[in-house]
Amino acid sequence: MNILFVLIPLGIGMAAVSVWAFFWAVDNGQFDDLETPATRVLDDETERPRD
Amino acid sequence: MNPEASDSWEAYDRPELRRGRLIIDGDRASAEFAIDGIHCGGCALRIERTLAAIAGVDSVSVNGATHRMRVSWDLAREPLSHLLRAVADLGYTPHLLSDATAGSADRDSQERRTALKRLAVAGIGMAQVMSFAFALYAGVAYGIEPNIERYLRLVSLLVSIPVVFYSSAPFFRSAYLDVRQRRPGMDVPVALAIGLAFAASTFNTLRGQGGVYFDSVTMFAFFLLLGRYIELQTRHRRGNLSDALARLIPDTVHRVGDRGVETVPRIEVRVGDRLRALPGAPIAADGRIVAGKTTVDESLLTGESMPLPRKQGDSVIGGSLNLGNPVDIEVTALGSNTVLAHVVRLLARAQAERPRLGKVADKAAGWFVAATLILAVGTAAFWLHFDPARAFAATLAVLVVTCPCALSLATPVAVAAATARLARNGLLITHPDTVEALASVRRCVFDKTGTLTVGAPQLRCATASGSVPLERCLALAAALEQHSEHPLAAAFSATAPLVVAENVRSVRGRGIEGEVNGRRYRIGRPDFVQELAPGYAAIAGGEGGDFFLGDESGTLAAFQVDDSLRPSAVLAIQQLRALNVEVEIASGDGPVPVGRVAKRLGVAAWRARLTPAAKMTHIRSLNHAHGGVMMIGDGINDAPVLGAARISVAMSAGSALAQVSADSVLMSVDLTIIPEAVRMARRTVQVIRQNLAWAAIYNLLAVPLAATAILPPWGAAIGMSASSIIVVLNACRLDRSARACDKSSLGVSSGPVSIPASASST
Repeated sequence: MNILFVLIPLGIGMAAVSVWAFFWAVDNGQFDDLETPATRVLDDETERPRD
Repeated sequence: MNPEASDSWEAYDRPELRRGRLIIDGDRASAEFAIDGIHCGGCALRIERTLAAIAGVDSVSVNGATHRMRVSWDLAREPLSHLLRAVADLGYTPHLLSDATAGSADRDSQERRTALKRLAVAGIGMAQVMSFAFALYAGVAYGIEPNIERYLRLVSLLVSIPVVFYSSAPFFRSAYLDVRQRRPGMDVPVALAIGLAFAASTFNTLRGQGGVYFDSVTMFAFFLLLGRYIELQTRHRRGNLSDALARLIPDTVHRVGDRGVETVPRIEVRVGDRLRALPGAPIAADGRIVAGKTTVDESLLTGESMPLPRKQGDSVIGGSLNLGNPVDIEVTALGSNTVLAHVVRLLARAQAERPRLGKVADKAAGWFVAATLILAVGTAAFWLHFDPARAFAATLAVLVVTCPCALSLATPVAVAAATARLARNGLLITHPDTVEALASVRRCVFDKTGTLTVGAPQLRCATASGSVPLERCLALAAALEQHSEHPLAAAFSATAPLVVAENVRSVRGRGIEGEVNGRRYRIGRPDFVQELAPGYAAIAGGEGGDFFLGDESGTLAAFQVDDSLRPSAVLAIQQLRALNVEVEIASGDGPVPVGRVAKRLGVAAWRARLTPAAKMTHIRSLNHAHGGVMMIGDGINDAPVLGAARISVAMSAGSALAQVSADSVLMSVDLTIIPEAVRMARRTVQVIRQNLAWAAIYNLLAVPLAATAILPPWGAAIGMSASSIIVVLNACRLDRSARACDKSSLGVSSGPVSIPASASST
């Protein structure tokens, strides 16, 4: 059962990483607008000019 | 976009208008805008793409859900007016927001983000702790090595720490406030249970014996936060009243001065100034026309369905739309003295009078909480006296098992499920009490213009006298009306003019005369048409709103122009009747059009020519007499009326103000959603009752078991969670059940009903 002493910290570490990633996403406004991005895929006009 | 109006954007480059609205950092400026006219994410994308293509723009983001745009750009390269014009050229109306308005949106978004983070931490924490708890419970049954058990408890403690101290912080804060104000709220036992269970579990983990309740703690926190998050989302949809109002009055005006017309910020305008109102734009202030004549659309303010003619000396209302020609007005009232401001005050009063249903629930919850606390103390005292070893476990079991979780989850989850379902079908609920109130609707009052009808004049009926075929009459009418500025003329524009009228002469307020193939024709009021052919009998029929076509040989045809009914209105009213809801029409429009609509819908109870105040009194007396009055309307004049009704529904085509003040907003033009909403609300209330009954039975069974220490805290937590899950699943049935009304039975889903023009000979 000693493997638990490796796997559980690993699991908690992964949970911590996912919490961090989620916080990052929320702070970047990824969850502010859940409607517009869904239609973005339908936009087949030319790419935005990058300058 | 009107080319003449576009130069008004330039005024935004003046410092007075920019003050307090732009955040300027060197050359970089950023600002927040509200955009009118966004219907979907695609609109938001179009705006984003256009602005991003402008060289000086650093970043632009348009939120399709909140209709807000945030731009940061190089002020030295692009003046603000260019950006505004770029958006306006796409067909949207940008409004520069003040710091205060933008700030409230920021606060909302910040609150939402924080709540989302708390929820995520609790959710992930719960998943982790549950997996450890599963091992621990299995260990109780099948045996477990003591060091592994200790280890699992320690990691559970570790994972629970952020759930308790970060995610559950709002419960502790709110419980602290409740206690300080000596008013027991839902959060007191929540905070007590979480705090006590966590403290005891930590203590037991560190000393290596006794029970741990980390699974209960995290699960509990997660479910509660989920409920709070759903509630928060609904709350934020309500929007900002002053924001919506401010948008009706333009920021810039065209002032007629000694040096000609100049564009100035509205705040510089004083009473007595002379302003030029351009066609297609809202009038900036209350005033009197000093030069020119035009037609205005006051439907937002007075509910008048047809555009109204206004000539020199007539007064116009700020916020109404100038439809006809450019006119000069002299300002008579500004700011808080305007009609619009008055309507808003009326609205504020109506809203203040709204019964506070939530108080009852709060009171009940208070009693429940007090009872729980007394019970917990009693249990503790009893066991300390007889068997101190079991005192803590029993007390905690009581706190956890009786937590008003099942009670407090039952209603919000059912309401949230119903709200989500209604929103998908096109009815947006903006007030949490709405679903409950919808279930009690017994009488439904419709406004006419823009609600039951489409809100645009349509040719309703055409009758030819027989000498000339109807098709020819319609073609002649279309040819003549093509030259007319009269709003009713729009009804003929659908008919393509096959013939061309020459020498057209328009007689204001009477009709139009013109020649087609050398023959003189007149269209308009009956007496005007008669003058062309004196001595000939008039065609039968003379309802108001009718007009006639004639030549020198007499009258050829009669036309009825009216607003056409929404296709779903008939079905919606039938369905409402089937639900035992009485239907009534209350309109500010004249008796003829209102009566006509009522007859077609089979509605016996209708009232016409009601002023907003009269409507409000009427609704209030109905509410007193019968209770459960639902008002469905559109426009600002309805806003106070909507506030007076038990439930209000605003059509999304209406003004932004009505949307904000109503309990709910109908996003589609399909009126059958309203009976469906009533049905849905009734089912929701039924589910809420089932849930409350379940919670009552559960609590009555579980509390004695917990207090007598038969039920251990982990059992209490399982019981509580199972009870919550039953409650949630029961509520979710609301979301899953199929839509009762089959939309296909409607035949047409949108657009006005086309009524064939009937030919008859007289």
